Amino acid sequence: MADTVAARPGTTLVEEDGKLLLNMGPQHPATHGVLRLVLELDGEIVVSCRPVIGYVHTGIEKTYENKTYHQDVTMTDRMDYLCPLSNNLAFALCVEKLFGIEAPPRAQVARVILAELTRLNSHLVWLGTQALDLGAISVFLYCFREREMLLDIFELCSGQRMMTSYIRPGGLYYDLPDDFAEKVEEILRVFPPRIDEYEDLLTNNELWRDRTIGIGKIGPADAIAWGLSGPSLRASGVNWDVRKSEPYSGYEKYEFDVPLGTNGDVYDRYMCRMREMRQSLRIIRQALDVLPGGDFVVHDHKIAFPSRTELATSMEALIHHFKIATEGYRVPAGEAFVPVESPRGEMGFYIVSDGSGKPYKAHVRAPSFYNLAAISKMAEGLYVADLVALIGSLDPVLGDVDR
Amino acid sequence: MTQPGPGAPPAEPEAPPPPHPIVARLRERFGEEAIEIEEINGQLVARVGRERLIEVATFLRDDSALRFDHLADVTAVDYLIYNPAGGPPGEGRLPRFDVVYHLYSIALNHRLRLKVALDEDDANVPSLTGIWPSANWGERETYDMYGVTFAGHPNLTRILTPDDWQGHPLRKDYPLIEEEIEFTETLPRLNLPLRPVHERSKVDG
Repeated sequence: MADTVAARPGTTLVEEDGKLLLNMGPQHPATHGVLRLVLELDGEIVVSCRPVIGYVHTGIEKTYENKTYHQDVTMTDRMDYLCPLSNNLAFALCVEKLFGIEAPPRAQVARVILAELTRLNSHLVWLGTQALDLGAISVFLYCFREREMLLDIFELCSGQRMMTSYIRPGGLYYDLPDDFAEKVEEILRVFPPRIDEYEDLLTNNELWRDRTIGIGKIGPADAIAWGLSGPSLRASGVNWDVRKSEPYSGYEKYEFDVPLGTNGDVYDRYMCRMREMRQSLRIIRQALDVLPGGDFVVHDHKIAFPSRTELATSMEALIHHFKIATEGYRVPAGEAFVPVESPRGEMGFYIVSDGSGKPYKAHVRAPSFYNLAAISKMAEGLYVADLVALIGSLDPVLGDVDR
Repeated sequence: MTQPGPGAPPAEPEAPPPPHPIVARLRERFGEEAIEIEEINGQLVARVGRERLIEVATFLRDDSALRFDHLADVTAVDYLIYNPAGGPPGEGRLPRFDVVYHLYSIALNHRLRLKVALDEDDANVPSLTGIWPSANWGERETYDMYGVTFAGHPNLTRILTPDDWQGHPLRKDYPLIEEEIEFTETLPRLNLPLRPVHERSKVDG
């Protein structure tokens, strides 16, 4: 009988010992997408919680294997749709590792700025929805107001607000637009007081503290063992940030702190992300100051498309363009795993290349997947209402979980 | 750069660089045979037989010089139509599967990729859930996608596809849905008990 409930969304069952088996989701606003939790309840207390996932599984890894590397970039956006540029970056770095090349300095710095803008973007959606789940509607409206500014920048760069595909193996899709610096300056000017404003609304708010402090606790040893990463791990006091431990794209050149929590509860995860946003602004400030001129993509037409001007004047460039567009670029045989620090944690690509224009295997280490797996551990003994706070604090994106 | 003259003594053969500390530690504990270690693109890859997997994994986690406390990821690779060691294109490698574990040490900041090779008709490997709880979902995903089973896993069921799904989608002989499938001789064993998609498109119009 219990299996029937687990197999069928929308069903409930009262067990012989009075416990209730309840399906929460997949259509539930607090599950941040299509997540289903099979809860065993004793009154209002969660005895066990079993996540059921796969509702938005699109077989994206199979599709990677059947498309060229160039086409695959566009699919990386569609996994974790709140931080497409981080996904682009992880993919680009992995392919570059296989090629043994590095992006030009201008692209490297631009990547850092864009990755941090993406982190702001993702954290704003997290903050807005987490606050909404706990009843603070105005925070949600403010966060989405500021998020528009970020999406405008992404649109300015790539022509797309969300599915950017802007960071490509070898560099960027196109040079940064002329008014990029000006727009980013505006972000740097507007954001600090706005983040103060969110904190004014929540950090010392008694309702907010009641609903978050001590909820969904996990200790550092458990957090590591369950594979947590990103702010969800650092809230437990574990100092691990891929940007610091294995710097990529020149992160070692920027000064920033890694905010840590102590209790590993929902409140500490909230504080970690809030402080991370301020650190992101700090990184963007430094990167914008040193943004060099020069190439935005490598000058190797076996990897990157020739420019429009070259196409108009050179037959050879035209042939290269045709070859990349039809067959894709050939990546040397080998394999590599490259992680980056996405807003949700350690996000990595593992690519096995057979030397052809398509990856033989491309696998994603999805931070949401592993963060969500730990929920069954953290949910035990919580009230159902607090479970909502816990889900939000792990910031899962179901597109990233299911791929 | 100056060329050595005809009378110059031949250059001394360079001493081989000292092995990576992780390599040295593993060699010291398990000897040369039990673990094959190579470096691919600057990343360490260790290969171990499945009968010693648990022993090696426990050592990797607990040894004070290694301390791989974070199992980042579990996946597999199906070498049905590609052999990394070379050979004619389209020809696969035996054994067919590699199960791949990505390990990281948060304490000591180093990485290792651990691989176990498995035959197709005996694709079974001991579960590492007892060593790293995070292996739970990773192993379920690998089972779902490749049909590799993990002995001792607490709940080895499909995770991303529905429970009644047929076949394991990331196997190389699993056809890609909604695409024309080429039944060529270089792609063996395409006759899975699946309804090929081009037929379905006909029925559905």
